[in-house]
Amino acid sequence: MPDARSALDGASEAGFVKVEEMGLQGMITLRGDLAAEELQAAATAATGVDMPDRTGIRTARDGGNALAWMAPDELLVMVPYAEAEERLAQIQAALEGRHVLAVNVSDARALFRLSGGPQVREVVAKLCPVDMAPAAFGPGMFRRTRLAQVPAAFHMPDADSMVIVCFRSVAHYVYKLLCDAAATDSEVRYHV
Amino acid sequence: MSTRLAQGGRLLTRGRPVNFTFNGKRLTGHAGDTLASALLANDQLMVGRSFKYHRPRGIVASGAEEPNALVGMGEGDRFEPNQRTTTTELHEGLTCISQNHWPSLEFDVGAINAQLARFLPAGFYYKTFMEPRPFWKHIYEPFIRQSAGLGKPPKGADPDSYEHFYAFADVLVIGGGVAGLQAALAAGRAGARVLVMEQTPHWGGRAPVDGGTIEGKPAEQFVTDALEELTGMDNVTLRSRLMGAGVYDHGYVLGYEQVAEPRAGQAGPRHRLWRIRATRVITATGALERPLSFAGNDVPGVMLASAVRDYAVNYAVSVGDRTVVVTNNDDAYRTAITLKELGLEVPAILDARKGGGGPLAERARDLGIRVETGKGVAKVKGTRRVEAVAICNQAGEGAVLEEIKCDAVAMSGGWSPVVHLFSHCGGKLNWDADQALFRPDRDKGPTGADGDVFVLAAGAANGHLDLAGGLADAHRAGRDAAREAGFTAADATAPQAEAPEEMPLEPVWLMPQGAGVKLRMKAWLDYQNDVKVSDIQLAAREGYESVEHAKRYTTLGMATDQGKLSNINGLAILSDALGQPIPQTGTTTFRPPYTPISMAAIAGQARGETFQPVRRTPMHDWHAENGAYWEPVGQWRRPYCYLRDGEGVQDALNREITQTRESLGLLDASTLGKIVVKGPDAGRFMDMLYTNMMSTLKPGRCRYGLMCSENGFLMDDGVVARLDEDTFLCHTTTGGAENVHGHMEEWLQTEWWDWQVYTANVTEQYAQIGVAGPNSRKVLEKLTDDDVSAEALGFMGWKPITVAGIPARVFRISFAGELSFELAVPAGHGRTLWDKLMEAGAEHGVMPYGTEAMHVMRAEKGFIMIGDETDGTVIPQDLGLHWAISKKKDDYIGKRAQARSHMTDPDRWQLVGLETLDGSVLPDGAYATAPGTNANGQRNVQGRVTSTYHSPTLGRGIAMGLVKHGPDRMGEVLEFPKVDGTIVEAKIVEPVFYDKEGEKLNA
Repeated sequence: MPDARSALDGASEAGFVKVEEMGLQGMITLRGDLAAEELQAAATAATGVDMPDRTGIRTARDGGNALAWMAPDELLVMVPYAEAEERLAQIQAALEGRHVLAVNVSDARALFRLSGGPQVREVVAKLCPVDMAPAAFGPGMFRRTRLAQVPAAFHMPDADSMVIVCFRSVAHYVYKLLCDAAATDSEVRYHV
Repeated sequence: MSTRLAQGGRLLTRGRPVNFTFNGKRLTGHAGDTLASALLANDQLMVGRSFKYHRPRGIVASGAEEPNALVGMGEGDRFEPNQRTTTTELHEGLTCISQNHWPSLEFDVGAINAQLARFLPAGFYYKTFMEPRPFWKHIYEPFIRQSAGLGKPPKGADPDSYEHFYAFADVLVIGGGVAGLQAALAAGRAGARVLVMEQTPHWGGRAPVDGGTIEGKPAEQFVTDALEELTGMDNVTLRSRLMGAGVYDHGYVLGYEQVAEPRAGQAGPRHRLWRIRATRVITATGALERPLSFAGNDVPGVMLASAVRDYAVNYAVSVGDRTVVVTNNDDAYRTAITLKELGLEVPAILDARKGGGGPLAERARDLGIRVETGKGVAKVKGTRRVEAVAICNQAGEGAVLEEIKCDAVAMSGGWSPVVHLFSHCGGKLNWDADQALFRPDRDKGPTGADGDVFVLAAGAANGHLDLAGGLADAHRAGRDAAREAGFTAADATAPQAEAPEEMPLEPVWLMPQGAGVKLRMKAWLDYQNDVKVSDIQLAAREGYESVEHAKRYTTLGMATDQGKLSNINGLAILSDALGQPIPQTGTTTFRPPYTPISMAAIAGQARGETFQPVRRTPMHDWHAENGAYWEPVGQWRRPYCYLRDGEGVQDALNREITQTRESLGLLDASTLGKIVVKGPDAGRFMDMLYTNMMSTLKPGRCRYGLMCSENGFLMDDGVVARLDEDTFLCHTTTGGAENVHGHMEEWLQTEWWDWQVYTANVTEQYAQIGVAGPNSRKVLEKLTDDDVSAEALGFMGWKPITVAGIPARVFRISFAGELSFELAVPAGHGRTLWDKLMEAGAEHGVMPYGTEAMHVMRAEKGFIMIGDETDGTVIPQDLGLHWAISKKKDDYIGKRAQARSHMTDPDRWQLVGLETLDGSVLPDGAYATAPGTNANGQRNVQGRVTSTYHSPTLGRGIAMGLVKHGPDRMGEVLEFPKVDGTIVEAKIVEPVFYDKEGEKLNA
C-alpha cells in the first residue's frame, strides 16, 4: 500500500510556542455501553491502557496508544496509524454480537502538537471557551469543545505540551489559527 | 492659557520627552502624558467642533467620560476616527487631527449653524424635511449626512492583528481604584480566584489626587501596599489597560484590552477582547462628575472640577492662570485648594448653596480664596476660550452682579456613580435624594442561572462617595462575593480611612435656577450631540414624556460617549419640565460597551484566511494547481469547473461534459456526507428516516433514498449502501451531512431512545472519487485485480476492492447518467488515488469535471438537486418521486404531514422539463405567467424555473421547473418574462432529456 498522507504533511511554525502538525494517528470511534465489562476489556486490550474517567484520557507511556472519553456512550481509541484496521478488527471480534459501533476514523482527523512550556495553555485559551487554569485543566483530561468556529478536542500529554484534534478538512484553518494565537509577542501571561 | 507647571506631575516621567503632531503642528509632551494632558500642556485648549452647530469645543474631562476631545488618530490604514484624547496614552510619533470642521479648526464654515441655532431646535429635521416625501432620500438625507457626523472612517484594511482570550474567575473586580483593590484584597484573602481589571494604566483611581488617609497613611501608600499584597497572591491577577466593556447573562463579561497601545512598531495583537466567565462580578467603577448647566458651559476652558485637579496633580498642567470654581458641593473646593497651593490664581469659588460648604470651604477661605455662596454663573464670556464669567444669584433669573476675568472655569454639579456595568444585564437603580444620584439596588442586581444576584457594586459605584464609606463598602462586597462563590472570608475589618467631612450638596440642574430662554439656549447638556436645556424642555412641551422618547427626539445621550455627562442632568431637566420627581422619569437603558471598543477586537481572529473555516478535500491542492474555479458549497470549496488557458467558464463546462459523456471524467465527490448507521434496530430506523423501504436492501446493494422533515418537506437525498446485516452507510448532500447527522441523533435521543442504533459521521474518513464515462470500467480495471465487470458489480451494487494498492469501496452508482463508479478510500490515500486515475486515464483523455458539469449532466438525466428543485416548501410528490415513497410502510418521518389537505392538493406545482422554443437558456428562477392579475395587481403566475442550463450534449437550453398541473400539460407552451422585458417561450416536456432508458448507466 502506498503511504498515507496527513493533511498538512507535518507543517510547523514557532512562535511563543511551537505549533506542528503531528502526522497520522490511528483512531477508532467506539460507541456502546461504556460500563459493560466486555467493551472495557476490548478497549483496554486493544490499547494496553486502562479505561479513562469521564472527561479523561489514559495514554500509554510511548504515546501511541490511548483511550479518551468522548461522550457517555463513546470512546476514542487511539492506536498507531498502521495498526488501526487490525485493532478495529480485534475490537469487533471481541464484541461480536454486542450492540456497539466501532469504526475507523483515523483519516478523518488532523492532529497538532503545541510545545514549549506551560504557555501552551494560553494558545488554547485564545481559541476555546475553556478554563485553562492549571487547577481546572491538566494532563489526564480530555476536552471536546469549540475551537474558533470548528469542533475540536485537546489534551495535555504533559504540563508543557498540548495535542489538538480537529477534522481533517479544516486542518488549514486550525493550523493558521494556532500559528496566529502562538505568534511571538502575543503572550497573555494570565495562566503562566 | 493652559500650560505645563515647572514641577510635579505624579504620572509623568519628566526626563523623557515625547513628540507628536496635532493638525500637523509638531508638539512635545512627556512620557506618562495622556494625549489630552499633552495638548493642554501645549495650550491646545480647543480640540474640535461640535456635531450640529460646529461650536468650538475643548477638553472637558480627564477620563472615559470625555465628550468633546475626540480626534482622528493615525494615518493611512491605521487612521481611526473618534479617539478619546483623555484615555489615549501619548506615544512617540502619534499623529492626530481634529474633527468636524471645514476648512480648519480655527475657521469653520459650518459654524454658521450656531448663528441659526434658534431655527435648528430639537426635532428640526423631523419637522422640516418631511415633505415632499422623495426629497428625504435623495436631497435632504445626503445633505444632512454631509454636514453632520464626527470622524471619517478609514479606507484601507486594518493592518494590525487582534485576538480573543477566554478567562474564568471566581470573583471579577472591575475597577482598580482603592475600592476595587480593597474588594480584591477581601476576596483574594478568602482564597477566591480573582481577576482585577483597570481600564487605565494606573492603579488607585482618584484617591491619590483627592487625598485623605487610609490607616493613617496617604491614599497612595495604601495603593502601593495593596498592589504588593495582591501581586503576592497566586490566586489574584491584576490587569491594567483592560476595561470592563459589558456584563451579560450568567456572569459573562467582556473585557477590552489595549495590548500594544501606544503603538511603537510592536509585534503582537493591538487589542484583545477578554471573554470572561465569573461567578461574581464586583463593579468598583467609581463615579463621574456632572457638569453644571449654565450659559456658555461649553466654551473651551470650562472643565469638570475634578479634571482640572487631575491635570494639575497627575500631569502638572494648569488649565488656566485664573480659574473660577463653580459648584453645588464640597468636593470642588479640593480643586480650588489644589490650584491655590500650586501657586495659581483662583479668583472666586461660586457655591450655589446658600449655606456653603464645610471644612474644605474653611480651608479654602484660610488660603485666601474668595468664596461666594448662593451664587452661580450667569454666562461664560468668550468664544474660543474663556475670557470671563458673569456671576449671578443662583436663585434669580441671571441678572449679572459682577464679571470676573478668568481663563478657566472648574465646574461641579455633583457625582453620578458609574452604574453602567451593574445595569447592563438588568440591575435596578434607586434614586438617592440626599446625594442626588442613582445607585445600585443591592437586592435587584442582575441574576444568574441560580437566581442569585451576580453583580455587586462597590465603593463610589455603589453610591458611597466618601473614602471611608467607599472602602468599607468595597471590603464588604469583596467578602460577600468570595463567600457567594464558595469561599470562607477571613476575619478582617475594613481599613480605616479619614477625609474631611463634607456638607451635603444641593441639586442644581439649571444655573441660575430661573434662567431665561436666551441663557437656556446656551446651556449645554450633551456636548457631543449639541443638546441644550431648551431642547429637552421643548421635547417635554411637544409631548415626549418618556425619557426614552425624549432621548431619541433630542438625541440626548446618543453620541459616542452615550451621555456619560449628560444623562442625569437631562432627565432632571425633563422631570422638572414634566413636574414630576426624578425617579418617576427614570433613566434610559445602559447598554454595553461602556466606551466604544474596536470592531476589529470583536472580530478577533475571524478575518482574512481565518474569517471562517474553509473545508478542503484531500485533493484540494491538485484542484488549486489545475485551474479550479471555486464554488463554496457549505463550508467546503469545490471546483465549479477547471479553467484551462484562455478558456471561459462555458467553454470549460462544454469540454468537461463532452469528455465525460464521450470517454472519461473524474469528480472529487469527497464532500458528500457519509454517515454510518448500525445496530439491531438500524433497519427499522432507516425505514423511518427515508421515505422508501431501506430495511429490505441487501448487503452489497445500494438504493437511492429521500429524507423528509417531520413537516413532510424534502430535506436531503442520497444513496444508501448496506454494508452488512446491521450496518448502513448513508450518503447525504455536501451541505447536508452535519444537519442530517444531527437529525438522526435528535430522533434517536429524544423519540426512539430505546432503539438499539448508533450513528457515526465518517464523512471525512474517505476521499471519494467519481469515475464516469464509457471508458470508466477500462481505467478502473487497469488499477485493480478485482472483478468490476457488469456481472460482478451491477448497477447499484458495491463491493470492497483494492485499487492502486489501496483498500477501497467501489459503488456502482451514477449521477451523471453514464457508466460510473465511485471509489471511496481513506482520506490519506485520496491524492494518491486521484493521481493514479489521472495517469491511468490519460489514454482516454481523462479530465476532472466540476460541480457545474455534474449539475448539467444530472439535469440532462432529469435528476433533482436538493436546493434547486427543493427550497424547503417542496415535497417529494411535487417532484414526481412517488416511486421512492413506500406505500407499504406504516410510517416514516413526514408521512403524516404529506397526507394533509394542502399537501395532496392537485393544484400544487409539479416537476416538468422545459424546452425553450428558440433553444436559449431560460433565466434561473424565472416565473411562468398566467392570464390576469392577483389582488395586489401583480401578474398571475403558474410555475417557475428550478434548474436551467445549456446542455452541450443536446446543443440547446434545458430546464426543469415546477408548473401547476404540469405533468398533465405536456406540449403546452408557457411564457417566461425576462428582466429585460422580453419573453421566452418554453414547451412543457418530460424532465428526462438524455438516455431515457438508462442504457448507458446500466452498461
